Amino acid sequence: MPDATGLELIAHDLGEAVIETVYFRERATLEIDPAAIRPTLQHLREQGYTFLASVHGVDYYPEEPRLGVIYELLDMSRVDRITVKLRLPTDSPKVDSVTNEWPTANHQEREVYDMFGVSFDDHPDLRRILMPEDYEGHPQRRDFPIGGEPVIFTYDEAKWLESRE
Amino acid sequence: MSPPTPPASPPTLSAYRRREQSITLSPIEEPLEGGAETTDELLTLNFGPHHPATHGVLRLLVTLEAEIVRDVKPIIGYVHTGIEKTAEDKAYWKVIPVVERMDYLAYYFNAMAYIGAVETLLEVEVPKRAQYLRVIHLELNRIASHLIWLGTSALDLGAVSIFLYCLRERELILDLFEMSSGARMHTRYFQVGGVIEDIPSGFEPKLREFLKVMPERADEYGSILNSNEIILQRLRGTCPLDAETLLSLGVTGPLLRAAGNPWDLRKAAPYSSYEDFDFKIPVGTVGDNYDRFAVRLAEIYESVKIISQALDGLPEGPHITGDRKVALPPRHELATSMEALIHHFKLVTEGFRVPPGEVYYPIESPRGELACFVRSDGSSKPARVHMRDPSFVNLQALAPMTRGSYIADMIATTAMLDPILGGIDR
Repeated sequence: MPDATGLELIAHDLGEAVIETVYFRERATLEIDPAAIRPTLQHLREQGYTFLASVHGVDYYPEEPRLGVIYELLDMSRVDRITVKLRLPTDSPKVDSVTNEWPTANHQEREVYDMFGVSFDDHPDLRRILMPEDYEGHPQRRDFPIGGEPVIFTYDEAKWLESRE
Repeated sequence: MSPPTPPASPPTLSAYRRREQSITLSPIEEPLEGGAETTDELLTLNFGPHHPATHGVLRLLVTLEAEIVRDVKPIIGYVHTGIEKTAEDKAYWKVIPVVERMDYLAYYFNAMAYIGAVETLLEVEVPKRAQYLRVIHLELNRIASHLIWLGTSALDLGAVSIFLYCLRERELILDLFEMSSGARMHTRYFQVGGVIEDIPSGFEPKLREFLKVMPERADEYGSILNSNEIILQRLRGTCPLDAETLLSLGVTGPLLRAAGNPWDLRKAAPYSSYEDFDFKIPVGTVGDNYDRFAVRLAEIYESVKIISQALDGLPEGPHITGDRKVALPPRHELATSMEALIHHFKLVTEGFRVPPGEVYYPIESPRGELACFVRSDGSSKPARVHMRDPSFVNLQALAPMTRGSYIADMIATTAMLDPILGGIDR
C-alpha cells in the first residue's frame, strides 16, 4: 500500500480530479470525479498499477450521491494496492467504461450494471449478467426489498394465471 | 517413485500406433456446387447449462466453423442465489456460513477472506495458534479442491478411475474437517478473532497419517496421467495463453502461474502467518493445458509441506482472541461470570458492532485471488459484502484461450480453467 504521504503525492499528480483521499487501516483510497475515471486509471497504470483486480459497486443509501463504483488496482512488482472510488447519483448513474483498456472489467462492469443499475458508456456488451435478462430492478440496491422476490414455479404459475382469468 | 518420462516418439512406435497411422482419411467434404464452401458456414451450438463437462450450470454459446471454435460466450447466473444481498441482512458472525456457500469447494477460503476483512475493520489481533490452525485447514481445503478438480477434469478427458482415487483421498480430508469442526463441508470453523474450537486430540496423528499418504498418492496420479497418451495429447500444447493477456483479463492463480508468472499472494503479501513457512511456487513454461494440470498437481505437494510445517510448529496458546466484544466467552465461564453471560447474550442476540469503513481483503484461493470487500456503517450488520471471486473473473479467459482450437480442446480447457459455478454466480 502507498503510505499516507504516497497517497497524497499521487493525489497531487492527479490534480483536480481527486475529490478526497482516505487512508484507512493501511489502505489507500482515492475518491475521484466520475468524469475522470479513464485518465485516472491510465495515470495510475503509468505509476505501475498495471493490474485491475476488481470492479464492484456499493450503495451508500441514505448518503448522497448514493451509488459507488470501486476499482481495486494492484502493482505486482511492488506488491502495492490502491483503491479508486467514484460516486454517482441514482437519477443518472453513468460513467465511462474502462473495458477497452482493462478487458477484465467487462464482466465486472456488467455485474455492477446488473446489481446497481450503473450504466457504463462505451461498454461493448452491457447486459445483465447474473439476473435474467427480463428482470426489473437492481437487487443489490439497499432499497430493494430482501425476500421481495416472488418464487414462481411452473406449476404454481399456471394456477396463478388461471385464478386471475 | 521417480517422475515418469513421456513416451518416446517415432522410432519406437507401438503396433497400435503404427496401425493407427496407417489409416488414411479422405477429405471430409468436397466444396459445394455454386462456390460456397462448407467451412464458410458458422454453426452456433448451445452447450450446457446441464452438461457434465461444464462443471456446474455453465452455459456456453459456441460459434463453430466445422470443428473449430470461433467464439465462446459464457452465459451465467443459473445458480445466482443473492448471497451478497443475504449477507447484508445478517449480523457479522452469521454471515460466515452464508459466504462459505459461494465457492463450494473452497469454503475455508471464502470464510477466510470475509473474516480477514472484518478483522481488519475491527483491528482484532488473531492469536498465533489460530493463525496456524487456519493455515492447516486452508491448505487441506486447497488439496481437497484440487483433488475434485483433478478427478472431474480427468473424467472429462476419459480417465474414469482417477476420479475415484481423488475422491478417496478427499474423503480423508473431509474426515479431518469433521473431526475439527463437526461438519464435512461448510464447516463454519473460522470465526472472527480465531477458530471456533481447538483441534481435538487424535486430530494430529490422523493428519500426520494423511500427510504421509498424500504425496505417495499424488505420485500415483502423476504416474497414471503422465503416462496416459490420450491425456497427454489432449493437454500438451492445447489452448495456451500468454501471461500478459492473462493479466489484462485479470486472471490469477494456477492459470497465471502455468504461464510462467509466479504471482502468489501467499508469498507476495503473506497473511495468516504464511511468511513462517517454507514452500515453493510451481510455475509452468508455456501456459498450455498441460502446464495448468502440472502446476495444480505440484501445488498438492507444496500444500502438504506447508501443513506439516504448521503442524510441527503449532504454537501453544489460545485458539481465539480473548476480546470478549467479538468472540464468545468459553462455555464454563457462563455459569460463574455475570460479565461473560452479558457478553454472550449481546453477541448472540445483536452481534458485535464494527467501526465504519471499507476494506478489501485478498487471499490466494485454489483458483486465484479471492477477495472480500466489506463496507461497515457502524452497525452490527455489514452494509455491503462483495466477493471478488476468481472463477468469475477467470471465466473471461475462456474465449481467448479456445478461439481457433478444436471443440474437443475446449472441453479440456474448461476443465483446466476449474470454474466453480457457485463462486461465479454467488
